[in-house]
Amino acid sequence: MSDTLTVHHEHPENASEFVANDSRAHWHDQSLWFVRSKRDKAASTLPEWEELRARASAIKQHAMSRLGDYLEEFERNAQKRGVTVHWARTPAEHNQIILDILEKHKAKKVVKSKSMLTEECHLNPFLERNGVEVVDTDLGEWIVQLLNQPPSHIVMPAIHIKREEIGDLFHKHLGTDAGATDPPYLVNAARGELRRKFLNADVGITGVNFAIAETGGFVVCTNEGNADLGVSLPKVHIACMGIEKIIPRAADLGVFLRLLARSATGQPITTYSSHFHGPVEGGEMHIILVDNGRSDILGSPDFRRSLNCIRCGACMNTCPVYRRSGGHSYETTVPGPIGSILAPSRDAKTHKSLPFACSLCGSCSDVCPVKIDLHTQLLTWRKEIFIRGLLPWKKRIGMKFGRILLGSTWMFATAGRIGRWLVPKLPRFMVYNSLNPWGKQRELPPMPKQSFRQLYQQRKPK
Amino acid sequence: MPRVGLFIPCYVDQLYPQVAMATLELLERYGCEVDFPAAQTCCGQPMANTGCVTEAKPLAEKFLAIFKDYEYVVCPSGSCTAMVTHHYEELLHGQPGFEELRKKTFELCEFLVDVLKVGKVEGRFPYKVGLHNSCHGLRELRLGSSSEMMVERFNKAGQLLSGLEGIELVPLKRPDECCGFGGTFAVAEEAVSCMMGLDRIHDHEQAGADVMTAGDMSCLMHMYGLITRQKKPLQVMHVAEILAGRQPAKEIATTQPTAVVSR
Repeated sequence: MSDTLTVHHEHPENASEFVANDSRAHWHDQSLWFVRSKRDKAASTLPEWEELRARASAIKQHAMSRLGDYLEEFERNAQKRGVTVHWARTPAEHNQIILDILEKHKAKKVVKSKSMLTEECHLNPFLERNGVEVVDTDLGEWIVQLLNQPPSHIVMPAIHIKREEIGDLFHKHLGTDAGATDPPYLVNAARGELRRKFLNADVGITGVNFAIAETGGFVVCTNEGNADLGVSLPKVHIACMGIEKIIPRAADLGVFLRLLARSATGQPITTYSSHFHGPVEGGEMHIILVDNGRSDILGSPDFRRSLNCIRCGACMNTCPVYRRSGGHSYETTVPGPIGSILAPSRDAKTHKSLPFACSLCGSCSDVCPVKIDLHTQLLTWRKEIFIRGLLPWKKRIGMKFGRILLGSTWMFATAGRIGRWLVPKLPRFMVYNSLNPWGKQRELPPMPKQSFRQLYQQRKPK
Repeated sequence: MPRVGLFIPCYVDQLYPQVAMATLELLERYGCEVDFPAAQTCCGQPMANTGCVTEAKPLAEKFLAIFKDYEYVVCPSGSCTAMVTHHYEELLHGQPGFEELRKKTFELCEFLVDVLKVGKVEGRFPYKVGLHNSCHGLRELRLGSSSEMMVERFNKAGQLLSGLEGIELVPLKRPDECCGFGGTFAVAEEAVSCMMGLDRIHDHEQAGADVMTAGDMSCLMHMYGLITRQKKPLQVMHVAEILAGRQPAKEIATTQPTAVVSR
């Protein structure tokens, strides 16, 4: 949906707007920290946690190193099971393939379970423009769809919305009681409405969590069972996947399923792990393999490991910046640390502020179940942005000046001496003004009379 | 007697000479022959973290030339140490003396625990102390176990501090959340940075800390700025200051006559 946003903002602008509502920003931070804490508890129950991470990382790196082979193996095996396999280089190709299938079946109503790939391809607005009704059947995603917003989180799309706001939304759209905020009541109302959508759907669309080369089958993980329902009632199932979702063997699944839900929400496993191996009787099953820039990432040794991502969202939940700036501040389909690596790979100019929306704390790298070196890749992106000449001139000049000053011991010591002497003498308004973002909420440190190098020199003849 | 080249972060040299002095005294107390090579300025981390590798490289080369002949290089900052041990590789790869430099450069607490094998630190610090685990020290140098990883728990600064008489290390709700300093992040993302800092301070306050300590003065500079603006009583001290026997600048009413040692 970000392509429908006409004005693009840099991350700090969006973030400061989010932070300005202090109570909401803290509520958001605490909601996500709660999920992170649940993850810690779940991970700590497995003595082999770190071994699982290492193994998952190794499997993914191996799969990526032979991606072409595994994709072809997957295609062959899926075809043997009666599945039609499509290849899409771009979002436009992906969307057109879906539209063609829908038109062939004269389908006008589609139910879709959560798929970040279809978000990435902006499938909903495309189908709506072509007269197709699409309903997101994941509760959170349906809520943001009704609000006409993009998801703010890849696992919990409506995590930024408060219960009261959902009550108002359902009152407007479903006629629930005004002011009702009781979760079971609201969920029941949603279930009733969604059930009608399921029953009337012509085609079901799902994402894919894992596609198994060896078997040609694939797995979709949900907590609401909406993927199963959405593809069991209609006769046509279209599954959309990024090409990096491939794993070599069915035996590898155990490693990933144990890591995924624990990392995502702290559950031992998602409520539903649905395995698909071909169409239902008299029906059709289609799989669309989408590249959309993934091959370019695969070709880059620095960023290749970002394709390990299994979209658990743990890096978002742990990121101190994401928690306090909200998913929409990133203006990308996938926000947070992993999104800040993936987005500049597609369009570095637009997303150049994202690798800097990070304090380099490294928590994301330690939490990642597939051991993506997220914070190192963010640092590498900063370098790329500098090399491509996309760094704002202020930063570039500042760093050049810094290097000249720090390159000379004499200049450094003299500048320090002048600064320490001058700053305490200046009237407050000359130090604390709009030119000094440090001083907006912070005092400067007290200026000592002597530097350490001066004290050391005096102490020397000990 | 280990011959140590004292690596003092540029801003510590200019703004926090007492932290550098405490580091020097501490190393001498444990039998090191310490030299502060006066030619040093900055390791180049601000440039490298902004992506300006070409600006960082000459500073890294200068650093290597200054420090390459010492037996050890010790620094009271996890972040600046990590710059040398983890990020110089791509700036100095293959240069004579670099590999040796990388291996002999240590953060202060790491050096005390792993190289000098310091067990119990003599001294008294009868206050409630919150230990802020600075991120680069924690997650790059592994000076402690991070809360994300399911490994055996350890913390080198905590281990040294807990040996002091009377000290009480208070438990924080989020043991290793970032304070939001992050170098240029502190100004580029001012709003989020300050919110992170205030949240970190609040965690120390709710835990009842009199003093917040850390292995990196940069985190403390950021939080000191917020604390002072908001006129909060919480004080900040670098780990080196506490270990070297310094006392809090402002008097703290000790509520318990008998000090409790916790770890």
